Amino acid sequence: MSALKVLRIGPLASIQDQGRPGQLQQGVSRGGAADLLALAEGAALLRQDVHLAALEMAGIGGLFEATSPMRIALTGAPMQASLDGENLAWNASHQMQAGQKLEIGAARKGVYGYLHLGGGIDSAVQLGARAVHLMSGLGSPVAVGDLLPCGADPGREVGLGLQAEDRFQGGALRIVAGFQSDLFDAEVRVRFADTAFRRGGRANRMGVEMVSDGAGFAAAGQLNILSEIILPGDVQMTGDGKPFVLLREAQTTGGYPRIGTVLPCDLSKVAQAQAGVDLQFTWVTLEEGLAIQAKHDALVKALPTTCKPLLRDPALMQDLLSYQLVGGAISAQADPFDTGDIT
Amino acid sequence: MQSKGILTLGWPTVTVARNFAGGLWVTQSALSFPIIRTAGLDGMLVTFADALSEPSNRATLAFSEAVKASAWPGVQEVSTSLASVFLRFDSAALCHAALKDLLLALLEKQDWQQAALPSGRRLWRVPTVFGTELAPQLAEAADAAGMSEAQAIESLGRARVRVLTIGFAPGQPYLGPLGAEWNLPRQTELTPQVPTGALVLAISQFVLFATTAPTGWRHVGQTGFRGFQLGAADPIALRPGDEMIFTPVSRSDYDRFCLEDSHFGGASREEIPT
Repeated sequence: MSALKVLRIGPLASIQDQGRPGQLQQGVSRGGAADLLALAEGAALLRQDVHLAALEMAGIGGLFEATSPMRIALTGAPMQASLDGENLAWNASHQMQAGQKLEIGAARKGVYGYLHLGGGIDSAVQLGARAVHLMSGLGSPVAVGDLLPCGADPGREVGLGLQAEDRFQGGALRIVAGFQSDLFDAEVRVRFADTAFRRGGRANRMGVEMVSDGAGFAAAGQLNILSEIILPGDVQMTGDGKPFVLLREAQTTGGYPRIGTVLPCDLSKVAQAQAGVDLQFTWVTLEEGLAIQAKHDALVKALPTTCKPLLRDPALMQDLLSYQLVGGAISAQADPFDTGDIT
Repeated sequence: MQSKGILTLGWPTVTVARNFAGGLWVTQSALSFPIIRTAGLDGMLVTFADALSEPSNRATLAFSEAVKASAWPGVQEVSTSLASVFLRFDSAALCHAALKDLLLALLEKQDWQQAALPSGRRLWRVPTVFGTELAPQLAEAADAAGMSEAQAIESLGRARVRVLTIGFAPGQPYLGPLGAEWNLPRQTELTPQVPTGALVLAISQFVLFATTAPTGWRHVGQTGFRGFQLGAADPIALRPGDEMIFTPVSRSDYDRFCLEDSHFGGASREEIPT
């Protein structure tokens, strides 16, 4: 079986997929990739199913060796990447030959980068998914010496790139009111949306802290609320009125009040915000939220059609002199503005 | 029976209130229960009370079964918390207003607080060491409840509690309700770690830990029961509505049970007749 050998790895790298929706009644958190858009982009670039698992790398990548020829794709937080020393485009698919070494460095912006394999990572399925969920005892972090097995890969195509939506530098988060919003005074909810937040120092796959200057955002009867279901995107206020945006890996129930729920399509932006990045919340109505989400879902569905053959950037070509530059090897029709900067 | 429903969606949260003759829906709150509220973009929450009680949990379990049995197209998940039923649905297939109408009609069918509990429930008897170094906070909890340790063991060991919900972590049950004497507040300081199988207590409920984790609840008993066992035919054995009795045993009996039965620590299981 073809596999990718892990020679070096960052501390919080784990195998992730779409997670485990539908098991709340058993106390099983949805989990899955912190940036689901990055999973969809990788699947589009490799022309494969969006439910296949990939390697999620938090902040820093690692060093990998192919045991046999395989296709790969790189998405999510852009990281420095090279194959046997030659720079690789991010948001693109590539071919690896047996014995070749792939090196992935630190994130230039954002947090979570993804390494996809042709055929997906064929690790053990637990409770219906391959996604690692450490708190639940499902799987473990990827370690040096691990072999990441590839699933069967019927695909051949590589050298595709796409222009990724920039969700790596914070910005506006659309939020809808929910079943606990009216525990907060109208004034507090307005002030919440008027406040400039920064991502705080505490963040992981379960949730992300938001910090701001000025007063906190306390609810009425903050400590006497019956534990209630948690949804991905819920903005929970801790005892001191500090917001945490809960991500898909959050526990299934919680007793802190939630002021509202960030739209699923904006959760990649939350997960990918580095500490200190500016964020703010914008209330939208349920109808507006549904329309925004539907538009996003349509864009995700259309991702495969946006993957285009890579134009090689001469600045990245270390073996420039070996190329035939004037013999028509480069298409005269390709529009550089069409493919754009795919790094 | 009288009811008024306002079907505006979005913010501010609009509640659907109804009053049953005889004042069955007594709450301390300004809200009238049950209420139907949206949860995120694709969820709906039916809440029967803002405080835990046997009837509100009964209503939750019974209504959840009725929703599942209705099999409405577009509903993707049905789950319960202590006093609410949560539905996740595909709003392209079933719009919010239509689902709300379905829920309202189902709510009107009967008094859910007096409904029969779902069938297929089991009674589990779990050998438990109360106190000792295995469960070091029994004395503290007994003291807070105004009892001696022996009285506390007698009270907790006799209690037949219901799996009110499973949550926080896979297979981890919230159990109760215990009597009002056990309405102890959570600790202000977290206990850094309790082991799998720990029986912890606060606010008239037990939690039976299915993993090792920090907790603000008091560790009063220790069992060999693993609520989540990967690789088992049924990795999550408990279901909401099941009942449990934590039978006091000696340390040596506990050790023997754990050795003989590494999954359930010697717990027995029987069907509850309906």
